[in-house]
Amino acid sequence: MTERLDGPQAAGGGESAAGASSGPSEPPADPSSDSPQPGAPLSGSDTPAASDTPAASDSLTASEESPAGPAAAGYATAAPPGAVATAGAAQAPARLGPSPRLAVTFLLPAVLLLVAWMIYPVVYSIWRSLFDATGDRFVGLGNYVSIFTDSSTLTTIRNNVIWVVVAPIVVTALGLVFAVLTERIRWSTAFKLVLFMPMAVSLLAAGVIFRLVYEQDPDKGVANAIITTVHDAFSSSAGYPGARPRENDQAPAVVQGGAVVTRQQAQAGTPVLIPLVGLTQDAVKDAAPAKAAPGGDGLSGTVWLDVVRGGGGTLNQIDPQEKGLAGVTVEAVSGGAVKATTETAADGTFRFSGLPAGSYVVRLPQSNFTAPFNGLTWLGPSLITPAIIGAYIWVWAGFAMVLIAAGLSAIPRDALEAARIDGATEWQVFRRITVPLLSPVLLVVFVTMIINVLKVFDLVFIIAPGSVQPQANVVALEMWRVSFGGGGNQGLGSALSIFLLVLVVPFMIFNIRRFRRDEG
Amino acid sequence: MRKLPPIMVACLALAAAAACGSDTGGQPAASGSAPAAGGGAAKPLEGMKVEVAAKWTGDEQANFEKVLKAFEEKTGAKVTYASTGEDTGAYLGPRIQGGNPPDVAILPQPGLVQQYADENALKPLSAEVQAQIDQNYTPYWKELGSAKGQVYGVLVKAAHKSLVWYRQSAYDDAGAQPASSWDDLIKNAQTLSDSGVSPFALCAASGWTLTDLFENVYLSTAGPENYDKLSKHEIPWTDASVKTALEKLAQVFGKKEFMLGGSSGALQTDFPTCVTQVYAQKKAAMVIEADFVAASLGQSGAKVGEEAKIMPFPKAGDTAPVILGGDVAVVMKDNKGAQALVEYLASKEGGEVWAKQPGYLSPNRNVSPDNYPDDLTKQLAQTIISAGESVRYDMSDLAPSAFGGTDGKGEWKDLQDFLRNPSDVKGAQEKLEADAAKAFKK
Repeated sequence: MTERLDGPQAAGGGESAAGASSGPSEPPADPSSDSPQPGAPLSGSDTPAASDTPAASDSLTASEESPAGPAAAGYATAAPPGAVATAGAAQAPARLGPSPRLAVTFLLPAVLLLVAWMIYPVVYSIWRSLFDATGDRFVGLGNYVSIFTDSSTLTTIRNNVIWVVVAPIVVTALGLVFAVLTERIRWSTAFKLVLFMPMAVSLLAAGVIFRLVYEQDPDKGVANAIITTVHDAFSSSAGYPGARPRENDQAPAVVQGGAVVTRQQAQAGTPVLIPLVGLTQDAVKDAAPAKAAPGGDGLSGTVWLDVVRGGGGTLNQIDPQEKGLAGVTVEAVSGGAVKATTETAADGTFRFSGLPAGSYVVRLPQSNFTAPFNGLTWLGPSLITPAIIGAYIWVWAGFAMVLIAAGLSAIPRDALEAARIDGATEWQVFRRITVPLLSPVLLVVFVTMIINVLKVFDLVFIIAPGSVQPQANVVALEMWRVSFGGGGNQGLGSALSIFLLVLVVPFMIFNIRRFRRDEG
Repeated sequence: MRKLPPIMVACLALAAAAACGSDTGGQPAASGSAPAAGGGAAKPLEGMKVEVAAKWTGDEQANFEKVLKAFEEKTGAKVTYASTGEDTGAYLGPRIQGGNPPDVAILPQPGLVQQYADENALKPLSAEVQAQIDQNYTPYWKELGSAKGQVYGVLVKAAHKSLVWYRQSAYDDAGAQPASSWDDLIKNAQTLSDSGVSPFALCAASGWTLTDLFENVYLSTAGPENYDKLSKHEIPWTDASVKTALEKLAQVFGKKEFMLGGSSGALQTDFPTCVTQVYAQKKAAMVIEADFVAASLGQSGAKVGEEAKIMPFPKAGDTAPVILGGDVAVVMKDNKGAQALVEYLASKEGGEVWAKQPGYLSPNRNVSPDNYPDDLTKQLAQTIISAGESVRYDMSDLAPSAFGGTDGKGEWKDLQDFLRNPSDVKGAQEKLEADAAKAFKK
């Protein structure tokens, strides 16, 4: 959120600041103050969002400091008389800086921009969040109550928690691993370049790419193509997936627990007919025509595809155009136990030889019909959030790596060398020397990622299909959807944005403090 | 023609004069009806300038400009076209606020008519235009373009949403015939499934395709009166008529072999992909969507009328459903030119000029199907005419967008959840009712 607002804002801010500063600076008519325009480039040139905020806050602290002289003087008047002399002494050096009026003149553009772009929107959002969808009726905290009672917004909060817990840790850890590993190799720049490359792609494009990666069909989706290839290397599916008996009362066989079972007890001497449907003609175009099993002793029968191209044919009877199903496992079951097993021949016929007389149920076990393994349903309701987090990691791990690598090159080599000379293993060096020395950088990356993750929007919007959007939803996306994307309830949308702000602010403050401590 | 109410017959008799119906104005045939009378040497609007804004670009724009040209030739007015881009509201909003709207705007949704009427941005249609509406449209459409008791808009271009597209070769392989009733359709689905092809490719990731499907079944089983009531939320979604329609849908949703990829596959498939699955990948036999499927056939090589055929959405009850989407023309600046242009667009004459262009379907029942350049559109136009009084507008487009038009919310989400769990009709109804109540309350 901040990044989007900051981009155009910084550029526009630079221009209007330049325009505005020349206006109010006329009354003082000070030639020395007219020529430099430091105010404009100051706010305009800082492009990255993270560093922009500290810069703005710095200018604020500067404004607090510059009137410190007069403020101290005012304070001094209330103080005991003995302190006046020191206050006067403190006031003298303050005169070295610009006059308060001049300082205010220079600060004015930045303050105006800050008010227009940051403070007014925040205050107005808070105000708006207290009203209903039309903006006419005051609802107090009603919108905030509905955030925490509505099941769909609760899902978004749950998802945001998952995101915040998983994504920053994984991104930072992967970045650290990449940084440490690439430091040692010859072509490290090339590796870093490749890993950093996803940053050059917009998040929207990354989303489109991963939408394809996660396609269910292994012919399209890379993720499932890999999984099915690995899976099929260990177990292959054979037989006739999709084949099943007709669903009506006349069908001689029915499905029971995945297996196809004859409805009647079969007797030796009477051939069993097991007609199946649900296969395309193309799937059996090389098969031999089905034949009726000859009678005689023993239990026999035919398994065939009881479908004629173009319709017609006699149901449950073997027609000349119909094809036999070869290689189907057939079991003869009696009293719940399998008594014999055989396989169908090319024309679909089977015969149990050496079976004791009696009546049996003929069963085609489920193994004949298992569908080929089709990979995981990445874009289904259960895996969608992990899948999107995967895409997020792909985009940001390179960024984390570059930051951490920069920190890595700055840590003192002698500490590492000393540890190695003392006999530490590489793991110990990494664990006890490198990571502790890097911890400030790691923390900055981690916190930046948390802020970044809280406002995640594009990837969820693009990757999740419409039907699983409710399951993949996050607060930032819900905010947009509720207020602009069809929901038409800007009261609730404002409440969500304030909620998001409250979540982000602690991390912002933490980061700003760190920056300031580093500078001090 | 037989079915026209008597007043319509009277209108037709007086067609040229355009002086009948609800036209209560004092001077019917005298002044304003001159443009409708047409012909003649006099060009009543010579030198007048009219600006019309619509979302069309490319071919659609070129076709529309041909209609505008015919209007210019007839009246002498000069018409300029402005394209609003996809988001018509975003284009018109600032122009309305700035006090400089186009003379005529063509809105993609009737909902916008209400909205702009509330903002007092629309001008009521003149008596002459209303006469054309009475003559060429059923009262339903007049009401649809009305707000606060005034008539503001008229539907000028339609999208036909009551179709089932099927793949001829799949039907041939299975030996199935196009269905004329819902039960036949289910029987066909079984036959197709037995022959080894998935009967339906549902595009359930795009929630609006499910609302279209539901609306067709509902209009058919519950009839137009209930349809209107449900559109306005005058009857709750827990009504028995909704239950009947959902149970019909469950006949499809409940069998995983009826949908390509089962319900999980269907829920991951978005709109044009399901068309590809039927016609390019040949994995399924039917896709239930509107006439604009033809535009997505592109690379599949299937030709409309040969491999890609349509059947009217089969009757699931007493009514043969015909549901239209489409664009509504409104007048934003009250001048003679603007009124005359809308009158022309609503007239038989203007509609027939437009109908000769490809990709256009007229909701005007007096535009003869013979005008259309291809058989498919002729067939569609025929269904509109024969459905007469029971043609309806897309229900989800009439609902507040929080209910009928938002991804992952309201009706879209509830029907997707129903597809995931089709045995729970009652639960689906309760969720639909809860969401509808929330959205309509505002």
